Order: sequence, then C-alpha cells, then structure tokens
Amino acid sequence: MDLSYTPEELAFQDELRAFLRDELPAEISEKVRQGRELDKADMERWHAILNARGWLAQNWPKAFGGAEWSAVQRHIYDVEAAAAGAPRIVPFGLSMLGPVLQKFGSKAQQDHWLPRILDGSDWWCQGYSEPGAGSDLASLKTRAVRDGDHYVVNGQKTWTTLGQHANMIFCLVRTNPDAKQQEGISFLLIDMNSPGVEARPIILLDGSPEVNEVWFTDVRVPAENLVGEENKGWTYAKYLLTHERTGLGGIGASQAALAAVKRVARAETHNGKPLMQNPHFAARVAQVEIDMRAMATSNLRIVSQAAAGGAPGLEASMLKVKGSVIRQEINDLARRAVGPYAMPFASEAVEGANDLIPDPLGAGPVAAQYFNNRKLSIFGGSNEIQRGIIAKVTMGGGA
Amino acid sequence: MNFDLTEERQMLQDTLRRYLRDKYTTSVRNDILNSDEGMSTEIWAELAELGVLGALFTEDQGGFGGAGFDIAVVFEELGRAGVVEPVLDSALMGGRLLAAVGKTDMVEEVIAGTLQLAVAHSEPGGRYDLDHVLTRAEGDVLTGRKAVVMNAESADHMIVSARDGETIALYLVARDAPGVDVQGYPLLAGGRAAEVTLDKAPGIPLGLGLEDYERVNALALVAISAEALGAMESATALTKDYLMTRKQFGRPIGTFQALAHRMSDVLIEMEQVRSAVINAAGNLEASDCDLHLSATKNLIGRAGRLVAEEAIQMHGGIAMTQEYELAHIAKRIIMADHRFGDTDYHLERFIALSAA
Repeated sequence: MDLSYTPEELAFQDELRAFLRDELPAEISEKVRQGRELDKADMERWHAILNARGWLAQNWPKAFGGAEWSAVQRHIYDVEAAAAGAPRIVPFGLSMLGPVLQKFGSKAQQDHWLPRILDGSDWWCQGYSEPGAGSDLASLKTRAVRDGDHYVVNGQKTWTTLGQHANMIFCLVRTNPDAKQQEGISFLLIDMNSPGVEARPIILLDGSPEVNEVWFTDVRVPAENLVGEENKGWTYAKYLLTHERTGLGGIGASQAALAAVKRVARAETHNGKPLMQNPHFAARVAQVEIDMRAMATSNLRIVSQAAAGGAPGLEASMLKVKGSVIRQEINDLARRAVGPYAMPFASEAVEGANDLIPDPLGAGPVAAQYFNNRKLSIFGGSNEIQRGIIAKVTMGGGA
Repeated sequence: MNFDLTEERQMLQDTLRRYLRDKYTTSVRNDILNSDEGMSTEIWAELAELGVLGALFTEDQGGFGGAGFDIAVVFEELGRAGVVEPVLDSALMGGRLLAAVGKTDMVEEVIAGTLQLAVAHSEPGGRYDLDHVLTRAEGDVLTGRKAVVMNAESADHMIVSARDGETIALYLVARDAPGVDVQGYPLLAGGRAAEVTLDKAPGIPLGLGLEDYERVNALALVAISAEALGAMESATALTKDYLMTRKQFGRPIGTFQALAHRMSDVLIEMEQVRSAVINAAGNLEASDCDLHLSATKNLIGRAGRLVAEEAIQMHGGIAMTQEYELAHIAKRIIMADHRFGDTDYHLERFIALSAA
C-alpha cells in the first residue's frame, strides 16, 4: 500500500497542469465555471485540442489511437481537468461505443468508425431507452427486420442525450421477437440523416433541451452496420453500460463543485459572519467532504483492480450509486448556500438568460443544477437497478 | 380538541380545490409560467371573486377569516395546484401590513383583487436575517437596495423597510415613484421578482416597525408551510398513481418492495408534515408562537426535500420533463425552503428559542 503518487505520476500531473493552463481556452473554462451552456462548437473544439495531444481517448488501447492511461492517470486527469474548468469529454463515442467496437466490432468497422470518433467526424448518441423500456431495458420494442442487405427499422427511442448534435446513433433493436427478451436484441449503428429518422427535443425541468426523442419510420440501415452477431446485442449492451457506469463516480467534478460551494459560503454572510463559519452549514460541507475522500480512494482502488481494459461490474454499480448521491448532496449544498438567490430562474440552457439574473455571489445557476442533476441517480441504469445488480451478484448467485 | 375544519373553512377548501382543479390545469399553468407577466390577471380576479383573498383578513379588517387555519386552508389548496400568482406576497403580507395600520380603503382593494402590493424587506447579503436592513430613511426619502422582491413589477405600491437612525420603519412607496428602479426576472418555480434600487425615493411612513413585520412574517410562515404541504400532497398522489400504473418487468413498479417501502416512508412523513402545519396554524396567537413556527418550517424543509426527491426518483425520467406536472410541483416544494428562512435557519432559531 502506498497512497502517494510515484515520481512518474507526479510528472504526469505537472505535464497535465501545464497543458490545461496553456491549451484550455479561457472562454470555455469561463462558461464551465459559470454554469453556462456549452454549444456544440465548444465541445468539438476541446475534443480537437485533446486529440491533437493524443489524450482524447484516454481509456482506449494505443493500437486504436488511444492514450491507454492507467487508472491513476485517468484519476489525475479527472481531478485536474475539473479543477481547471475543462468541459467533460462527451462520452457516447469515446467511452461507450468505442470500447464495444474494439471488443466486438469487425476489423472494417474498427477501421472506419474509431478514427472518425477521434477526429470528430461523427457525433454519436445512444439509442437505448424507450418510452416503455426504461429500467426494464430488455423489453425494448424498436424493430429491425432484415431486407436483403439492409435492416428496416421502426420504433421510438427516448432520453437520447445531446441527440440534437448527433449525426449517428447506436441503437438496441429487436431482431427476433419470438426469442426470450434478451436473446432477440441486436446492436445497430444508424445514420441520423437517413430518411425516416426524426428527433425532437424534450425540455427538462430546468428548461434545458439536452435530451431528445427519436422516431424511426421504415429507416433503411446497411447490414454492415450490425455490430457483432445478430441477436447477441444484449451482451454488447451490458458491456457498454459497465463502461458507462465506471465513469459515473465523477470524483473530479464533485471536488470542483464542492470547492465552488466553499467559495460561495465564504462570501455569503449570516448573522454578520461568513456562512462557512456557521456550524450547521460547515457540518453539512464536512460530511460530504468526508464521504468524497473515501469515495476517491474507492474509485482508484476499484478502477486499478480492473486491469488491462476490463471493466468491473459489481463495483461499477457501487461507484455509480455512491458517486451520484455525493454529487447530488453537493448540488443541495450549493442551493442552500446562496439562500434567497436560489430562487431566480437562471439556466445554463438559455444562452444570455443568466445576464439578467442577480447572482451577487457568482454562484451560477445552482438551483437549476440541483434539479438537473436529479438525473444522475436515474440515467445509466437507475440507482434502484444498480442496487438490484449488487444484491443479485452478492446474494443471488451471479448476474 | 377537534381536528375538523369549521363548516366555513370546509366550504372554502372545497370551492377552491374544485376551482383550481377545473381551471388551473397543467397546461394553463405552464402557459402562465411561459408568459412575460408570470401571472394571470384573470385567475387573480377569479380568486378575489371566490373570496380567497378575503379569507386572509379578519372581519375587523374587512375580510371573513384571517386566522391561522384560514390561511392554512387557502395556501394548502394553492400549493396543491402549484399556483404561482402572488397571493402570499401581495395579498397576505402586503394586505396584512396595511390592515395593521387601518388602511381600510387599500385593504378593500386588495380583497377585491384590484390592488397589487409587494413587500421589499430583504436585502443583498442579508440571507434570511430579519434585522439586516441597510436601506436608509432620511426624512421620508429612502435610499438602498432590496433583494428578490416578489411581485415588484406588478405592484402598485411597495412596502419598504428602512432604517431611520437605528430604528427599522416601514414605508409605502409607489412603484412608479421617482428614484425607484425595478429590475425584474422570472423565478425557477414560477412568478417573478425583482432587484429594487431606491435612490432618494419618496415614501410615506406607515407607523410600522420591525415587530409588525415579524408578525406578518409569522403569517407568511404558516402560509408557505401550508403551501408546501399542498404541493407535497400533489407530489405524493402523482407518485402513488405512477407506481400503480407504470409497468416494468411485467408488473406495476409499486409492487417492488424496494419502492413500496420508500413510498410508505413518504406517506409517514406526510402525516408529520400535516401535523406540523396544524401546529403552526393553531399556535399563531400563542406566546411561544415563534418556537412552533420554526419547528414547522424546519420539518417542512427536511420532509420537503425527501418528498420532492423521492417523487422524482420513483418516477424516473418522466419526472425530469418540464411538461409533466410533478416538475413544477417539485420546484415549488424545494423553493419553499428558500423563503422566510431555510431548514438550518429555523433549526438555529428553534435551538435559540428553546434555550431562552
């Protein structure tokens, strides 16, 4: 056991800090700190900067153009990037589809799609959930029927995050309606510009249009866009979800958010003293910080154990639950900290709207973020589903 | 002891509940939320007509209620429907302050729904502290800044607190008076507020001080607590229905014990919340009124967070969407914690008052 960074890891941290200082555009980090909406160009610009340095695909093997960072390196990036106000890396291509194609895709698919993720040619979104298939994902109904060298797709997907920016969607579709639920599902790559694809935004409770509904009407998809084998999609889907969840601990973002709460609470006064000196508020902050310190070590410990590109299953579920609860607690503290100034409607979704809103503490749209981040315990498999997985694996004889 | 509503209050509750259920639907309300005014003058006039505003005043003041339980009955129903019209700030707080100094004509207009008021007391940096007033009165001329003033843009008059020497006094200021600047904005949970800057604005002294403000603040605490109760009842009802109708894994999700037990915990808390509101409303005239009010507001803050968050979580994604009723209701519940002192503020006040 040794909790300190090695000289190599410290050197990496220095290199990373210098990179963030020199390369992260100030106008982008400013937006992140103020909780303003990042547009597609901002996200693409940051991806391109990381890609130029070879640091975009941090978890990919070098053979596919990735950085192949260790768990500790990824942790250091997570913390440093969030502290510097870097945007999060959009996960759909890099953390979700990429690993699936690398493990289950054909050579032709890998050669075609992976470079396009890196250079930003494609923006992917995720076609998993349906109106009737949320937690019970395997009950999905979107149908794909083979017709010569095409599949014809009909159905509806929902909660497709940032689908408004996407030109490609990876979808779970039902190819065999007669098989047992999990055995009739396939994994299909669909061009959003195909005739018959229609996306409409869903406005969330904080006013943001970050998720979408997507309809498919007789959409013709080339059969070469089938990943792996027909009717084996559930295996790939689960593999992807485990990767998705591993990133959901979100330690770096939580640390940065807690630092922001403390900054605000030092500026805010109650009874003539800084709120941060108020014992009730200070106790709330300390409690979260204590949990977060342990969680940071859990995160490192668990990710380190998942050697050589493998993803932990049970532990990923645990990290997802704990990480989301901690982040939501910080969001709750942030709205408490600003007192009555939590009430004005500021939203990162509405460009320019924040300029009209009084924000004497420079806290940003904390109440909107509190509500928006209720999603953390719902998406990526709700926390109830994660608890079910944990219970099944530990007490129910394997999942 | 008797826990039944009087016949009059029962009628008021039934009438208001029916009216809001028929008239204040999700789509009507969402249109109001999206409007520039942030409120409906039509709804306001109808609330006045139904006697809802009059119920907030005693007979002596020209109304037909005015007690804690009248206020609680009205605001529970407003909360249930997620009403965003400024009944609390304009009619209850503004109206009762004017009633306290016998401004009978103006109170009559408030009850008739033809006069809009705003109460400009809190200031930037003051958080929830009632005695944080830096606005100065020199003669009858006011200079200072007021924070998150509800309904300021729609108000005909504002009631403004200011320090005349060391003493805090209340003044009546016309919204369109010279030296009054109103910077309005929408609120997350509906309605509008403003930052108000006074630069040598003329005010009429009302002969009221901080103690009078604290008295009306006590009424407001009953109102906001009852409103939160009503909103929580809506959230609970929506969630219960959803658990019984939404099917996953081939059965209603409410039949999963993990969810059923959590719903049960929510229902247990709801009984606590209802009783806490009764404690507040029934002790408005008691000598230890403030202790009861802080106990209630603290409990409401804690239970409100549980109920709002569990309602969203047990619904799942659908509760995250703007157009679903629960989204607005959950915002009303959580934002109630940011009015008249939050959970921690009232915990501290309860401790201080208990020790006294």
